[in-house]
Amino acid sequence: MGFYLSKSRTVMHNLKPKLGSLGVMFHQSSGIASFYHHQESQSGLIKNLGAGSCNRPTLFTIWRSEHFKAEKQLDCKQNCGGPQVLNFPGGNVKFTSELDFLPEGLEERVHCYRILDENGQLTSSNFVQCFQISDELAVRMYTYMAMLQTMDTIFYEAQRQGRISFYVTAIGEEAINIASAAALQLDDPVFPQYRESGVLLWRGFTLQEFANQCFGNKNDNCKGRQMPAHYGSVKHNYFTVASTVATQVPHAVGAAYSLKMDRINACSITYFGDGGTSTGDFHAALNFAAVMEAPVIFFCRNNGWAISTPVGDQFRSDGIVVRGQAYGVHSIRVDGNDALAIYSAVRAARQMAITEQRPVLIEALTYRGGHHTTSDDSTRYRSAEEIEWWRVAQCPVSRFRKWLEKEGWWNSDAETELRASLRKQVLHAIQVAEQVEKPPVADIFTDVYDAPPSNLHEQETTLVEAIEKHPKEYPPNFSC
Amino acid sequence: MAAIVQGIGATAAPSASSNKFLLSSLGSSLLEKKRNFFVVRSDGKCYTGLNQQQRRAQNVVTNAVATKEEKASAAVGSKPGHELLLFEALREGLEEEMDRDPCVCVMGEDVGHYGGSYKVTKGLAEKYGDLRVLDTPIAENSFTGMGIGAAMTGLRPIVEGMNMGFLLLAFNQISNNCGMLHYTSGGQFKIPIVIRGPGGVGRQLGAEHSQRLESYFQSIPGIQMVACSTAYNAKGLMKAAIRSDNPVILFEHVLLYNLKERIPDEEYVLNLEEAEMVRPGEHVTILTYSRMRYHVMQAAKTLVNKGYDPEVIDIRSLKPFDLYTIGNSVKKTHRVLIVEECMRTGGIGASLTAAINENFHDHLDAPIVCLSSQDVPTPYAGTLEEWTLVQPAQIVAAVEQLCL
Repeated sequence: MGFYLSKSRTVMHNLKPKLGSLGVMFHQSSGIASFYHHQESQSGLIKNLGAGSCNRPTLFTIWRSEHFKAEKQLDCKQNCGGPQVLNFPGGNVKFTSELDFLPEGLEERVHCYRILDENGQLTSSNFVQCFQISDELAVRMYTYMAMLQTMDTIFYEAQRQGRISFYVTAIGEEAINIASAAALQLDDPVFPQYRESGVLLWRGFTLQEFANQCFGNKNDNCKGRQMPAHYGSVKHNYFTVASTVATQVPHAVGAAYSLKMDRINACSITYFGDGGTSTGDFHAALNFAAVMEAPVIFFCRNNGWAISTPVGDQFRSDGIVVRGQAYGVHSIRVDGNDALAIYSAVRAARQMAITEQRPVLIEALTYRGGHHTTSDDSTRYRSAEEIEWWRVAQCPVSRFRKWLEKEGWWNSDAETELRASLRKQVLHAIQVAEQVEKPPVADIFTDVYDAPPSNLHEQETTLVEAIEKHPKEYPPNFSC
Repeated sequence: MAAIVQGIGATAAPSASSNKFLLSSLGSSLLEKKRNFFVVRSDGKCYTGLNQQQRRAQNVVTNAVATKEEKASAAVGSKPGHELLLFEALREGLEEEMDRDPCVCVMGEDVGHYGGSYKVTKGLAEKYGDLRVLDTPIAENSFTGMGIGAAMTGLRPIVEGMNMGFLLLAFNQISNNCGMLHYTSGGQFKIPIVIRGPGGVGRQLGAEHSQRLESYFQSIPGIQMVACSTAYNAKGLMKAAIRSDNPVILFEHVLLYNLKERIPDEEYVLNLEEAEMVRPGEHVTILTYSRMRYHVMQAAKTLVNKGYDPEVIDIRSLKPFDLYTIGNSVKKTHRVLIVEECMRTGGIGASLTAAINENFHDHLDAPIVCLSSQDVPTPYAGTLEEWTLVQPAQIVAAVEQLCL
């Protein structure tokens, strides 16, 4: 809000200051004083999980199409303020004569929203009333959590056996993956980091397609271009994983902007870890989303570790949830190992993001059960006891199963049958993928641009000639 | 890359016979005036204008102009086209594309209400609304990333770097995402983004604001780079860049924004991969782009007086190079001089030298000479700054040396 004050006065006269859209809606003439007032009344909304929203929907249509004259803001100096208050852009600020610094954090850490405890018991009866999860949906969620677990375990072993070169597991984060995906619609674009293959799994990417990508074979929909676990699928609205950290966070804001422009009833979601929140991209993306009132969900998987860097070395704030307020973004902390909490939080966030056209930040506290990737050995920097405790006592999959069993929707026979079937399916997918040949040489040069330019044609010819001349120097199944 | 056909109105066909018809119908006084209708406003140096009647590069003949401003009253009614400044031409191209396609949007710092620090987006926010002409907070990497996300979900954003140098902050997004995601996704997601901004050495803007980024970005696979130098090609390249499905970086120059030129009223779109023949000749091929084009044309005046006949080509397409036009020229003149504003090490000239040597070695009678700025940050003092740039006198000396 205050950025234009740094410019010269002549510029300011020409500038039309951008007052908050809320000021546009409710107080057309008195500008910024009203902005902050309205802000405060919005904070009660977060408790109304299912209640929908107030006046904000109409904002959608007239937001940012109004312009204000500089003079209107200057008028305010006479009307508002006084000796106690500074009429500053953004709202009135009360003076104080106490030399008091804000503490670095609240006395108590922000509470963590949870529905199921470790034993699969509901901690609140409200839940059942607010969010009717059918047995069908719950069993489906469990099936996919088990599928993700199986896929991760077997693919990890395949890497250890040398059959694939690299893999990223989401062990310990199955609830985050599946429950958040279940709360979204296919219209919501997903911008993942790399530990969210469960979201793609939920949306319908088959085990065979996963295997094909990991083996980088001819049937890979990414044409062998990316490392294993860097999935992407336009028909599942899941944007291709890039290895760069947190670059997807501003992409999600851009996608939200696109949805807003096209007035589509959807929101974008992006996932990132605790480490990713240290990047400049994270900061600016949250800031942008707040300023632009973009319908985006920022989902932080705070799993305690960024490779070998524990969160204590990553930041000194109370996790990520407190940062939302710094940017003017509604935020919540949830138990990342509780599928029901995640499901309800994401559903509420989606509703808020779309109907109120605002970003929402969700911090899920969880634990990275596996290594960072197959190129890491986490026992080198953390104790085996710690890993064991989280994997056993806090396992999201077993917790959810216990709840299902209590509800009478699952039993040990079904469990055995499911696990056997899943294992068979995953192994089969790997076996098939391993046999398929790799993409042809021509795929090195396509998709760099919409059509290959002359220099790439030349380079392709040179390479093909080299292969034909010295076939023994190149891999045997390297076809042209 | 798909070639973009130049959309030209029926009246302005590029054949010689129709030219004569047009010229004779407008009267002989106009014939003389036609070559003198451009004025340099920005740096006081003379430069040549384009012959309005001819679109195809080969037939363009240009002359150095008089320094007097054209009298608008003289031929307003009878002259085709309309006059404007280069930044207005950019804006016109932008506006036409925004009218044509509702997915086109602009984002950058101060592009909305302020109208852009070089006024390229002036008036657009009032016309299209704050959402389509978006003012962003100061985070180049992030708003470029935002543009990439928007492009992948169906919009056609134009990201403006207030100064090209600021886009160094966006390098990660440009290199690792913009250039790559179409490829790594197996062609599933396309990124039809245009990244543009003023660069080059200005008037004592200091080292950080005198960056020439074309040399840093030229290696990035997946992007295209073009540099505009006249109002005519600025508008045409802007439109072509917006219509292209590939990510395109459009390099503008801080000192060229106030160049005045008469451009056609009819809609036209230029080819992103084509070079522009500024002055055909026989003795030497001078390859240049952006502001150095004007230094070259200044030197060309002197060279012509000294009896040389230089062929001047504005390469325009920095990635990929138009080796067809360049090759034809080299085969004709057998001597090449490259004049560029970027630094010697790893510059556009270095790549161009390599490309020409590789492809046309047998046609060269002399080693390629490349005149570039020195490998120093641009100093602030006016005299020092001037000496870091290639000046016309050096160009003349280099040609004389080359043509010995």
